[in-house]
Amino acid sequence: MQHVPDITVPALDVEKIRRDFPLLREKIYGTPLVYLDNAATTQKPQVVLDALEQYYTQYNSNVHRGVHHLSQKATDAYENSRKTIASYLNARKPEEIIFTKGTTDGINLIAYSYGKSVIKPGDIVLVSAMEHHSNIVPWQIMCEDRGAELQVIPMNERGELLMDEFSALLNDRVKMIAVTYVSNSLGTVNPVHEIIAQAHARNIPVLLDAAQAVQHMPVDVQELDVDFLVFSGHKIYGPTGIGVLYGKEEWLDKLPPYQGGGDMIKTVTFAKTTYNVLPYKFEAGTPDISGAIALGTAIEYIQQVGLENIQQWEEQLMEYATQKLQEIEGLRFIGQAKKKSGAISFLVGNIHPYDLGELLDKQGIAIRTGHHCAEPVMDFCGIPGTVRASFAMYTTMEDIDKLVAGIKKAAAMLS
Amino acid sequence: MTIKETQDELISDFSLMENWMDKYEYIIQLGKELPLIDEKYKTPDNIIKGCQSQVWLHTELTDGKLVFTADSDAVITKGLISLMVSVLSNHTPREINEADLYFIEAIGLTSHLSPTRSNGLLSMVKQMKMYAFAYQAKSQSQQNGKEL
Repeated sequence: MQHVPDITVPALDVEKIRRDFPLLREKIYGTPLVYLDNAATTQKPQVVLDALEQYYTQYNSNVHRGVHHLSQKATDAYENSRKTIASYLNARKPEEIIFTKGTTDGINLIAYSYGKSVIKPGDIVLVSAMEHHSNIVPWQIMCEDRGAELQVIPMNERGELLMDEFSALLNDRVKMIAVTYVSNSLGTVNPVHEIIAQAHARNIPVLLDAAQAVQHMPVDVQELDVDFLVFSGHKIYGPTGIGVLYGKEEWLDKLPPYQGGGDMIKTVTFAKTTYNVLPYKFEAGTPDISGAIALGTAIEYIQQVGLENIQQWEEQLMEYATQKLQEIEGLRFIGQAKKKSGAISFLVGNIHPYDLGELLDKQGIAIRTGHHCAEPVMDFCGIPGTVRASFAMYTTMEDIDKLVAGIKKAAAMLS
Repeated sequence: MTIKETQDELISDFSLMENWMDKYEYIIQLGKELPLIDEKYKTPDNIIKGCQSQVWLHTELTDGKLVFTADSDAVITKGLISLMVSVLSNHTPREINEADLYFIEAIGLTSHLSPTRSNGLLSMVKQMKMYAFAYQAKSQSQQNGKEL
């Protein structure tokens, strides 16, 4: 670890952590895997895989229904996971935690239920210029449906939101602000406290897309005073297909259900159905029980390692990577915000990102190339896409050294 | 050389290379030998759809044989087009149309390229065959015209 800049001591025992992730031992084209596509999805620790298997081999049963022992055990594990997540986000109550399929599902839920009950023709929904498509399209669909308008908070060339323009966009017609906490394509950490404070001064609720935040930094929903917050399980060391929507109880109580079906009802007659209490009102049908339980396990794993340690380690990685990458001739960063987290986007000379990505892949280095589901960001920068390296708690300085060497080798071949 | 002979030669060239970095080196080198499309033909009509990077392809019939010129903004893509051009260019539309392009599979391109790249390659092949088919149909209808 002698490469670490300044005097920083590694904030965690990364070699010990790596032993918990079986996939990191894989070889790709005969060379050890260098996995730097963590913003797309993270690898899973053995405890998460065990939690999935234990559910199916030891207590597979439907939740909230049976009187039998297994059903009780499954229900307890499912609800315990909700409690773990509530405490991780510092929610007031576990009932404020809704299990979803993922970030996209959570945003669609709010866009639908909030849109249906609150949005009127002529109203405005604000999103930012650096949103992932999942935080654009659901609002677009809803706005079209309700005769409302989608407006965009602009950013500067460094990839920072223009806060003066944000303030100027606020008026009585704005009924929702949906912004990303951390940009998936640029790594920018947005000033969400300020956004929420300004929004609340005008009684506008805020939804935060925290898909790239919750795995990297402490997120306290009470301290943020955010109204809705969403994230995906698979980006925080949990399984795919499970995600979380946090909503303030007063909001979730007010909003109509998103989908109808089992578990979300109190009584059903052909004349009228009454809905279940929170959180079940928003969890129609048999949920992803094993996924929810294993997501709880993933979060417990993070708590054991210590989120502060992870945050410190990843800051060291970001600093080291930025320093090493800028030594590469012709490399330019896409997104140079003062506050960045988790991901670094760049281009090298006039090398096409797909060419670079392909030659890195053949050296066993997994990075992401392309528009990162944020086409408006690429249009703004006037580029077809970027190469993105993104980090996790198990990323090492050696991974970054290999990335830099891999880029140099590829660039020499391509120029 | 026939289409088959060129393919067999490519298969043998690729089999000599031990790892994929060497193969890419070779593909990139081929890209530099690609007969470049005249700038005036770099029109939206000549862009191959289905490629993630921009690819332009132009076709001309000279002495009964089809000649392809092309370009791309991505270097590896350029190499892949060059591979296809080296196999198919300078053959009659009928030969191109009837060609079984077994070398793509044999040198492992379909399994080793990224899925987007491999789809792009297939789009490219489809486009080249479509041109050949169009020219073949055209010359056949002209021949039929003479016979009448």
